[in-house]
Amino acid sequence: MDSFLKIRGLKKYFGDNRVLDGIDLDVTAASVMTIIGKSGIGKSVLLKCIANLLQPEAGIIELDGQAISQSRRNAQIDAGVSFSYMFQNNALFDSLTAFENVALPLREASKLNKAEIQERVDEMLVHLELSDSADRYPGELSGGMKKRVALGRALITKPQVVLFDEPTTGLDPERKFSVFEMIADYRERFGFTALLVSHDIPEVFEISDQVAWLDEGQIKFFGKPEDLNTNAQSALSGFLSKANYGLKSSPLNGANE
Amino acid sequence: MGLQLYYTLVKFGAESALGTAVALSLIRELGPVLTALMVVGQAGSAMASELGIQRNDEQIDALQTMSIDPLGFLVGPRLVATLICFPILTAIFDLIGIFGGYLTGSVLLNVDSGVYWNRVFESVTWADVQGGYIKALVFGLLTISICAYRGYNTHRKASFPGVRGVSESATRAVVWSSVTVLAADYLITSFLM
Ligand SMILES: Nc1ncnc2c1ncn2[C@@H]1O[C@H](COP(=O)(O)OP(=O)(O)OP(=O)(O)O)[C@@H](O)[C@H]1O
Ligand SMILES: [Mg+2]
Repeated sequence: MDSFLKIRGLKKYFGDNRVLDGIDLDVTAASVMTIIGKSGIGKSVLLKCIANLLQPEAGIIELDGQAISQSRRNAQIDAGVSFSYMFQNNALFDSLTAFENVALPLREASKLNKAEIQERVDEMLVHLELSDSADRYPGELSGGMKKRVALGRALITKPQVVLFDEPTTGLDPERKFSVFEMIADYRERFGFTALLVSHDIPEVFEISDQVAWLDEGQIKFFGKPEDLNTNAQSALSGFLSKANYGLKSSPLNGANE
Repeated sequence: MGLQLYYTLVKFGAESALGTAVALSLIRELGPVLTALMVVGQAGSAMASELGIQRNDEQIDALQTMSIDPLGFLVGPRLVATLICFPILTAIFDLIGIFGGYLTGSVLLNVDSGVYWNRVFESVTWADVQGGYIKALVFGLLTISICAYRGYNTHRKASFPGVRGVSESATRAVVWSSVTVLAADYLITSFLM
C-alpha cells in the first residue's frame, strides 16, 4: 500500500503539554482519512503540523515520498504538491466579499485570467448555494455560510491534498449532508487525498475510507470505519457510544446504499 | 509656533526673520517629524492591530497555506501607499504651517506680509525641500516596517494571546515608531548638515 502522506514519530509539545506524542499515520493516495477524538486532544494541532504552520519537536512528514522540510515556508510547493487547508474557524478575510474570498487563491496564486476565475468561482458558489450572498462580507454571513465559503476557498484550486478541520460543525443536518456530498463529489472528480477532522459521527464515515482515533497524543485506532465496531477498544467504544455510534448500523448507511 | 517664534524674535528686534524661522524649521524638521508622528498615531496603530487580528484569526496562516506571501499581500500595498502619502502629507503640513505663520505673524501681529513671504522664498533652498522629502520617505519606511513587524508577530512578541496581545502590539508599534522617528531625525539631520 503506497502512502501519499506518511507521518512517523510526530511530536508536538506546548510547554509541559505533550499534545502529540509520537504520531504514525499513513494516508493512501486519493483516499479520505478521518481523524476523530475528544475536543482539545490535538486534532487541529496535527493538521497544522502537516500544513507546516506549527513546527513539531520531532518526527517526519512525507508528502508523495518527499519529506517536507520544516524550515521552508512553502513546504508543500517544494514537494510539488498542491495543497489546501480549511481552517476550523474558517479564517476568511473580513475585508473581502464571499466571492473575493473564494477567488483569492486563484487571483493571487494561479495564472488564470479574470474571466476564467469569474466562471470557476461562480460555479463554486452555485454548488455551495451561496450565489445570493456572493457580494456579502463574512461579517454579514451566518456561521454555516462562512463554513461553506471556507470550503469553497479550499476546493477552488482543485488541490491534490486537502486538510479539512471540522468542515461541517455548526451546519444544519441537510447542509451537513450536502457538504459531505460535495467533498465526496470533488474527490471523485479530482481525486484528492484528504485528511478530515470531524465530530459528526457517524455521518462522516460515509465518505471516509479510513478512520484514525487520536487519544493521549497517539493514534490509538486505525482502520476502516466498519472495523470500528468490531475492533473497538473499550475507551474508543466509550467515545463512540457518546457520539451515538452504537453497534447498530447508522440510518445513513442504510439509506445510501 | 508662529506666535512663540514672534515673541522670541521680537526680543532681538528681529521679527522680520519670522518667515525664515517658520519656513526652515517646518521644512527641515517639524514637517516631516510631526507628520510622521501623526500618521503613526493614526494609520500605524491601525495597521499593527489589523495585522494582529489577522494573525490571531489565522488569516495569515491561511495565506501561507494558499502559497500567497503574507507579507507581500498584506504589507506590500500599504508600503507603497505610505511611500506615496508621507511626502504628500508632509508637504501639506509644511504649507499649512507656513500659512499659519503668516496668519499669526502678519494678520494678528505686525510683521509686514511682504517681508514675511519674501523671507520664506529667499531662505528656503531646494536642498531643504529635498532633505524634508528624504526624511519623509525614511520615516515612512521605518514606521511601516515597525508597525508591520509588531502586528505580524503578535503571536510571538506579545506577552498575552488574543485581544490583549493585539492591543499590546499596537501600543508597542506606536511607541517604537515614535522613538525611532525622533532618533532617525537626529541622524539624518546630522548627515544632511
Ligand atoms: N498555540 C498554542 N499554544 C499553546 N497550546 C496550544 C496551542 N494550540 C493548541 N494548544 C493546545 O493543544 C491542545 C490541542 O488543541 P487542538 O486545537 O488541536 O484540539 P482539537 O483536538 O482540535 O479540539 P477541538 O475538537 O475542540 O477542535 C489543547 O490542549 C490546546 O490547549
Ligand atoms: Mg480543532
